[in-house]
Amino acid sequence: MARSITNNRKALNTAIAWTIGLLIFFPILWTILTSFKTEAQAIADPPIFLFFDWTLENYAVVQERSNYTRFLMNSIIIAGGSTLLGVIIAVPAAWSMAFVPSNRTKDILLWMLSTKMLPAVGVLYPIYLIFIKMGLLDSRIGLTVILMLINLPIIVWMLYTYFREIPGEILEAARMDGASLRDEILYVLTPMAIPGIASTLLLNFILAWNEAFWTLNLTAAKAAPLTAFIASYSSPEGLFYAKLSAASTMAIAPILILGWFSQKQLVRGLTFGAVK
Amino acid sequence: MGKIQLKKVTKKFGDTQVIPPLDLTIEDGEFTVFVGPSGCGKSTLLRMIAGLEDLTSGEVAIDDTDATNTPPAKRGLAMVFQSYALYPHMSVRKNIAFPLRMAKMDPAEQNRRIEAAAAALNLTDYLDRRPGQLSGGQRQRVAIGRAIVREPSAFLFDEPLSNLDAALRVGMRLEICEMHKRLQTTMIYVTHDQVEAMTMADKIVVLQAGVIEQVGSPLELYHTPRNVFVAGFIGSPKMNLITGAEAAKHNAETIGIRPEHIDVSATKGTWSGRVGVAEHLGSDTFFHIHDTGLGDMITVRAPGEVSFNTGDTIHLTPRTDQMHRFDAKGLRIA
Repeated sequence: MARSITNNRKALNTAIAWTIGLLIFFPILWTILTSFKTEAQAIADPPIFLFFDWTLENYAVVQERSNYTRFLMNSIIIAGGSTLLGVIIAVPAAWSMAFVPSNRTKDILLWMLSTKMLPAVGVLYPIYLIFIKMGLLDSRIGLTVILMLINLPIIVWMLYTYFREIPGEILEAARMDGASLRDEILYVLTPMAIPGIASTLLLNFILAWNEAFWTLNLTAAKAAPLTAFIASYSSPEGLFYAKLSAASTMAIAPILILGWFSQKQLVRGLTFGAVK
Repeated sequence: MGKIQLKKVTKKFGDTQVIPPLDLTIEDGEFTVFVGPSGCGKSTLLRMIAGLEDLTSGEVAIDDTDATNTPPAKRGLAMVFQSYALYPHMSVRKNIAFPLRMAKMDPAEQNRRIEAAAAALNLTDYLDRRPGQLSGGQRQRVAIGRAIVREPSAFLFDEPLSNLDAALRVGMRLEICEMHKRLQTTMIYVTHDQVEAMTMADKIVVLQAGVIEQVGSPLELYHTPRNVFVAGFIGSPKMNLITGAEAAKHNAETIGIRPEHIDVSATKGTWSGRVGVAEHLGSDTFFHIHDTGLGDMITVRAPGEVSFNTGDTIHLTPRTDQMHRFDAKGLRIA
């Protein structure tokens, strides 16, 4: 017998789902609301939820005090560059692991993932010193490379999982049809893996965008992305919650909008292969 | 030209020897079928010819040129896979064009060949569809179309009809045979279905555990199987194989008699037994007969109008001139 779900049960499930969703979203909503308050309203006790004098003053001050566009450009270049670079390196790696595995492939995959288990601060000193020696400190190139390396294991893992879903016979057919390795990857494998590659790109762009540890530690001014932009508002002069919120809202807005428009792709990509 | 030679080829997966040293020559224009039970190495052998599987040792020669280390893309062979292996993101036209595009052929010539192949395979109306929008039979046609446009020196088929339903399978079987008559190109066809092997082949290669049991035309295999395995494998229903005292009467370890070479009677005969299941095909009836004292159940093929009921006593007379005799090693006694 098929499992029947009554309407009451459905309504209850919906209510629970909305509650959990709002609970998760609440800090972001609160930040956005606070960004439209005055500093006094922002720290009012009891807190004011919606009925305050909406103002854009904080955004004006933030824009006046620091150059948002420059931080935004840095974020786009660093997050976009590291993601693209990562995918270019990861596609051939994932191809070989998925289609010509050796008996060490599983070990290599696990070893790559194990680098993510190490606390980042553990390698801060060596990397900092290397950056000084190579003159990469506070440079976009340096950050792009370091973020690419940080996220590479995840990119390879995700692509590997997607590639495994592609039947090997199709690639063999391409080989029989006269395709070189380059043709095979370019015309057959990549187009078939587009949904997987797209969600990998998207997820890694988001991860790189939000990455704060390395971007804060390895930049000062020139290459500083939006994470540094937010951090600069938790200043020693005291906390200005409303301005900090305005800065945060400006920093997360682009990625939030991107995520909103690509949510279908993201969900599809992340559950790809789970159900055939 | 498409002469293919295997010289002392072997294949090991880890420590397991799948193909012991094996020699085989496939002449230009021949329709050769590799047949055998699953796991006999027939697909591996085909993939070694294609270049998709490396040889552990030995040599593959195509048109008398050593091709052992030539990558699949450069061997000039075309392959049709069991799963069709079409490119799901390309239209039918682009699927068929793919090998031509890889060969950087002139676009006008590409179009001419695609149109010709589509017309021959009844695909003209479907050229702009994706493989996902086609039926199984149409997908198989596309896979064949993709193979013929490049005019390969040989076609390799890896159980191409296994995923089709029975009616479609018979139709496609005929089409492939007609295609072979028309193109006169070498074809190597792998199947586990001995009916496909018998109906399509110029030459059948019967394989078991990587070893060639016999090579010959369908009728050679049917009339003079070299050993017990081939005798039991070729022919449908299977040949009756009898051991023990009855075989000893004919100075053999095993005797074989095909179901169609046994005459039935209600009154008298050499052997007698009880009718089990009767399978009525209309033209013929297959009787499965128990309690003959010959060991296994005996299968008999009788004309459709012959009628016995389950449990009836039936008398059987084998035509001794059609009997096959095998020695203790299972080899044919002349």
